Amino acid sequence: MALVRAHILICTGTGCTASGAKDVLAKFEVELKAKKLRDEVSLVETGCHGFCEEGPLVIIYPEGTFYTRVKPEDVAEIVEEHILKGRVVTRLLFKEPLTAEQVPNYDEIAFYKKQHRLVLKNCGHINPDSIEEYIGADGYEGPAKVLLEMTPGQVVEEMKKTGLRGRGGGGFPTGMKWMFCAKSPGPKKYVICNADEGDPGAFMDRSLLEGDPHAILEGMAICAYAIGADEGYIYCRAEYPLAIKRLKQAITQAEEAGLLGEKILGTDFNFTIHIKEGAGAFVCGEETALMASIEGKRGMPRPRPPFPAVKGLWEKPSNINNVETFANVPYIFRVGAEEYAKLGTEKSKGTKVFALTGKINNTGLAEVPMGITMREIIFDIGGGIMGGKKFKAVQIGGPSGGCIPEQLLDTPVDYDSLIAAGAMMGSGGLVVMDEDTCMVDVAKFFLNFTQSESCGKCTPCREGTKRMLEMLTAITEGKGKDGDIEKLERLAKSIKAGALCALGQTAPNPILSTLRYFRDEYEAHIYEKRCPAGVCTALIGYKITDKCVGCGLCKKVCPVDAISGEPKGKHTIDPDKCIKCGACMEKCPFKAIIRG
Amino acid sequence: MSIKSLEDLRKIKADSQLQTKARKNNDTQVIIGMGTCGIAAGAREVMTAVLEELAKRNLNNVSVLQTGCIGMCQKEPLMDIVRPGEDRVTYGPVYPADVPRIIAEHLVNGNIVEDLVVAKIPNKE
Repeated sequence: MALVRAHILICTGTGCTASGAKDVLAKFEVELKAKKLRDEVSLVETGCHGFCEEGPLVIIYPEGTFYTRVKPEDVAEIVEEHILKGRVVTRLLFKEPLTAEQVPNYDEIAFYKKQHRLVLKNCGHINPDSIEEYIGADGYEGPAKVLLEMTPGQVVEEMKKTGLRGRGGGGFPTGMKWMFCAKSPGPKKYVICNADEGDPGAFMDRSLLEGDPHAILEGMAICAYAIGADEGYIYCRAEYPLAIKRLKQAITQAEEAGLLGEKILGTDFNFTIHIKEGAGAFVCGEETALMASIEGKRGMPRPRPPFPAVKGLWEKPSNINNVETFANVPYIFRVGAEEYAKLGTEKSKGTKVFALTGKINNTGLAEVPMGITMREIIFDIGGGIMGGKKFKAVQIGGPSGGCIPEQLLDTPVDYDSLIAAGAMMGSGGLVVMDEDTCMVDVAKFFLNFTQSESCGKCTPCREGTKRMLEMLTAITEGKGKDGDIEKLERLAKSIKAGALCALGQTAPNPILSTLRYFRDEYEAHIYEKRCPAGVCTALIGYKITDKCVGCGLCKKVCPVDAISGEPKGKHTIDPDKCIKCGACMEKCPFKAIIRG
Repeated sequence: MSIKSLEDLRKIKADSQLQTKARKNNDTQVIIGMGTCGIAAGAREVMTAVLEELAKRNLNNVSVLQTGCIGMCQKEPLMDIVRPGEDRVTYGPVYPADVPRIIAEHLVNGNIVEDLVVAKIPNKE
């Protein structure tokens, strides 16, 4: 057998698969065989690189050349030029959005250069279906070290020293959580992984599960040893079929290798993991609702205490952490708590993965050390705002979070600074908004989401979110009344205080934070019946100014014949017929049509 | 595969790392001229011979790369050997039969095979 001289890594995460990665993969197989190169080149499917915007992604080693948006038609050229002759196919290289410069290597792209990938280290670089590759990348060293050299108590102490806080949203110290559960008496305990990622725009958990499933299993096994559990559940939403497939595969492989199951690594420690597929209700990401769902009951939260560490799944002590939290654990036990704690700020340690979405050039996943500023994330890593528009705000933390305006872009990103700014870390979804976004409309969007996802168990959330949504809808339709803002604020505060679970308690956050920073927009909607961003259709109209030369283009594109006028004369829009689609304004070559 | 101890785990790790060695660029390189001239003169067969020889000798820390035409087509197939900190040496014409000798003498032992040398490019460091 000849030596494998090159590796072709093709991302087959959900994003790249959707843009055609499987066809690219099949084409590579055909082309390599046709050129008799198959024996010396290895073809590897990987998980997500977090740069889905530019997919399908192909990386060729040893050079580390990074090809983007590869289509099946491009494959023959890559094989002929790069694999056979060693010439880079420059037209497929990544182009920096800001400088239009072509970058041949993965490590040199600005999007990756500023990142600090600990948790995402393996994503896109190993084959997630191969336990050998995971082990080759230092995998399963954690359990080996922990099981053979440490007592459960030492593991908990080590975890406390890291200062790691839950990555699912709440930010509760993970070491404390493990300690509470370890101290709970009882022979039967559970470890649960919350993979019910539901925030709009967040996809870091999916990428981790798809790209590095063994890391989650490893993190859970270490936790199980620390708290004395022998059974674990991964609660993953059924909308993530690839994540579930790869997790199942990883569990089977780990069991065959003796890294899960009975007598792990020859010790007396037993640990098995089950997968529970969730039906996609947002509220099931709340820990007590999630456990109810695993038990086969309706997914609804219950009051705490008792906390899961005392009475959790099937009334047994349980420890529940988010996917990203567990993904930090293998790294921690490889390098040690002290080394880990060097990263980040005083009260927020380590890194955080953010999902960049919205009006940003580089959509994707960015893992950065805690304490970096929002400006660095959006402009240095994210490549700035699409189409050269002006930045307006960034929504962080999904429907439970808040908006951060431009004047706070230099706030360090850590748990406490974000809460002080009226937002929260949440799961780390970042929705970037430009000047064309109406903040009242944004608040309405998120409220619409929480209102439909409210489980209905407690009145503040069930009724409160509905009433708030009604008021926001009225405001955007031009039916806002004097006093509405004050009413919204009062209602928001009562819901925050009275709702049963985090979903309800945080549901008013989008309203409160937009009111805090963009109160003038609410006032413009209510008192001037005007939408400054020009989004709320009921509040906008189009007018033709004196710049009109009477070319007649607008008349032609108007879908409802609302525009009249003679050729070479000034045209007019009939406001009763106009449906405010804006097509005329877009088409007018003389910029004679204005919104107002 | 069954892992019963730390040694088992380390063994699998070492095996796996050999498989993925080609995922980074090594300082020791074999570079083969793969322009039209090189391919016409038989560079493909030379590359196959290089890969077989490296596999036979278990040399996993060598990157096999290609380059284009350097304008010395009559000397194709050309093959360069790069060892860290030493001059880059171009050999030509290299036929598959010469490959084991160049790899054994130069790549492994550091002795340049003078009778096949076309050029030496001084190491700038």
